[in-house]
Amino acid sequence: MMAGPASFLKTAWTVLREVSGDAAYENYLTRHRERHPDQPALDREAFYLSELDRRWSGINRCC
Amino acid sequence: MPKFAQNLIWIAIGVFGAACLGGIALHRGETINAFWFIAAAFGIYAVAYRLYAGWICAKVLTLDPSRATPALRINDGRDYVPTHRWITFGHHFAAIAGAGPLVGPTLAAQFGYLPGTLWLLTGAVIGGCVQDMVVLWASTRRDGRTLGQMARDELGPIAGGAALVGTLLIMVLIVAVLGLVVVNAMKHSPWGTFTVAMTIPIAILVGIYMRNIRPGRVLEGSLIGLFLLLAATAGGGWVAHHPVLGPMFNFEGTTLALLVIGYGFFAAIMPVWLLLAPRDYISTFIKIGAILLLAFAVVILRPELHMPALTQFTDGTGPVVAGGLYPFLFITIACGAVSGFHALISSGTTPKLIMSERDLRLVGYGSMAMESFVGVMALIAACVLDPGVYFAINSSAGIVGSTLEQATATISGWGFPVTAEHMTELAREMGETTLLARTGGAPSLAVGMAQIFAGAFGQSMLALWYHFAIMFEALFILTAVDAGTRVGRFMLQDLLGNIWKPLGNTSSQMSTIICSALFVASWGYFLYIGVIDPYGGINILWPLFGISNQMLAAIALAIVTTILVKKDKARYAWVPGLPMVFLAVTTTYASWLKLFDADPRVGFLAGANALEAKLQAGTLTGAALESAPHIIFNQRLDAGLTVFFIIVLWVTIIEMARISLRHLQGKPVPPLSETPYVDEATLPHPTGVGGH
Repeated sequence: MMAGPASFLKTAWTVLREVSGDAAYENYLTRHRERHPDQPALDREAFYLSELDRRWSGINRCC
Repeated sequence: MPKFAQNLIWIAIGVFGAACLGGIALHRGETINAFWFIAAAFGIYAVAYRLYAGWICAKVLTLDPSRATPALRINDGRDYVPTHRWITFGHHFAAIAGAGPLVGPTLAAQFGYLPGTLWLLTGAVIGGCVQDMVVLWASTRRDGRTLGQMARDELGPIAGGAALVGTLLIMVLIVAVLGLVVVNAMKHSPWGTFTVAMTIPIAILVGIYMRNIRPGRVLEGSLIGLFLLLAATAGGGWVAHHPVLGPMFNFEGTTLALLVIGYGFFAAIMPVWLLLAPRDYISTFIKIGAILLLAFAVVILRPELHMPALTQFTDGTGPVVAGGLYPFLFITIACGAVSGFHALISSGTTPKLIMSERDLRLVGYGSMAMESFVGVMALIAACVLDPGVYFAINSSAGIVGSTLEQATATISGWGFPVTAEHMTELAREMGETTLLARTGGAPSLAVGMAQIFAGAFGQSMLALWYHFAIMFEALFILTAVDAGTRVGRFMLQDLLGNIWKPLGNTSSQMSTIICSALFVASWGYFLYIGVIDPYGGINILWPLFGISNQMLAAIALAIVTTILVKKDKARYAWVPGLPMVFLAVTTTYASWLKLFDADPRVGFLAGANALEAKLQAGTLTGAALESAPHIIFNQRLDAGLTVFFIIVLWVTIIEMARISLRHLQGKPVPPLSETPYVDEATLPHPTGVGGH
């Protein structure tokens, strides 16, 4: 791994994208191609909506 | 590094933390610097994390990194995703931290800075962090089952039902009390109301952006929302002073309560992508930003605290929350020390992300230690205020009098000097007409933060800082209102589906509307009564919420205690058992006082009777006369609710004792529902989020 502020910023950006869910679709695509190469993947909008539906069906926020 | 040197360092950190805490406890000067609190907190969390949590992981939970977690085994890319421990930590912390750890410690500052600090630190390291971590462990070993499911599996249907109903009721109270905090911050504050109102169109705009314009680009959307929200906060000052627009956002508390209730209903039945999800994205960013700002204010700027170590209100006569130090300190500060609600997050969502059992300590114990630190910072911000100002903001009109002169005279009479001129000037500086009787903790925290920042960046920005702080608290409270109503609706549908099948269909429009309306009506009722209560409502609702939250914690601890006994680890049962006993005894005693104490401000029944006597004697006039019958009924209802909580709590504890005893006697009990061991090495290499 390269050192210095550039690498730090890059790591911070990756972590931010992972934590916020910004990278979720890319992760889904990678995984989908690996596991089910024969089936069509959801498009961005359909994936986003199904993610929200999954996430907001249970308790995921506290006081 | 040799083991000996390592231990020496940890011992040094521990001694340092303890010394700082000793310094805080023995300090008797005019003011004390925030540095001592931060150092004590860091020292204690670090040592507890390293030694106590480490010992629990090794001996009690016998964590096994070779044991495949459900995220690794099931790895469906949706619910079960092996995730890097720091990212899981981020998710988990964002889920557990809300307005709770900011409000409770602020209210408890009435006792002085010492009791709150001691309880936040010890409660977290012995109770709250342990609860979160052990529940997370139990759920991770059960494919992420929820607390209610674990109660049913491990203890049987009686305890399972108790946990379910207890959870539903605590949801009602959480939403009601948080709604009350927001209403009290917004009433007669056009600036605050405008900013909070703007969060709705902004969230909708961002929702459309994230769905239609740039689907799934949540970072971009959140940044746009963040920018618009800051602009709305700044613009609120202009709106408030505008001759036409200003009065349009100037509302009575009752009107605001109805608006919040109506909002809660519509937010619950609208599609998630339109309002709830975008608001939550923005709110999470603001939440982390606000906590970092608070940390900057407290850790970097290190203000002086003006509140004494102990006030005379430890005797139970406190104007903010009625009742003595024991048990009411432990009820007032739930979130930040021990919060039963966390057990619901630690079971269900988070366990499905855990990549290795090795991560349980960081995610479970570590996040809670961090939330506890947020609580300590909120306590510091409240104690930075002049005590006179603190009490003027947080005491209701029913106690100190409704005019500025009466209120300041009463508070000065307690030995906390404050003048009417000072309060008027302070309100003007904050861009408000009055700060008097803004109960609920949010306004006094906002004033505290604004003053710390003004000390560093100059006085000109005071009003902006104040409204920024109000905006972020309101933002994540309204997110909790939306999310809480939605979850409450699901739980009601689940429950009522047993009575009448069609109500249980979560995709049915009719069932959604009926159950949402029912749930909103339940919390809306408590919120509305809280608003018309001349004693401020917080005085009644917050202890009730605290009791229910601590009760849920005791239930969660009872469930994991049973699991430990059934795993033949009865000799370690005290680890969750000790905080469980403390919480069970404390909530029961607090409930007893809330029911039967003769002081009308403490006891619900005494309060109802005293008000009824006044009503019959004809000494009430105006608004007090109008609201009296509602408040009398509400106090009796609260008494009934308290009895119900106690029954739910002790049913679970008796079930725990019964099952544990049967197991120790070798009699049959429901079998452990832990999933069988699978070696991690036999599974394909994970390609999940942030996998290494």
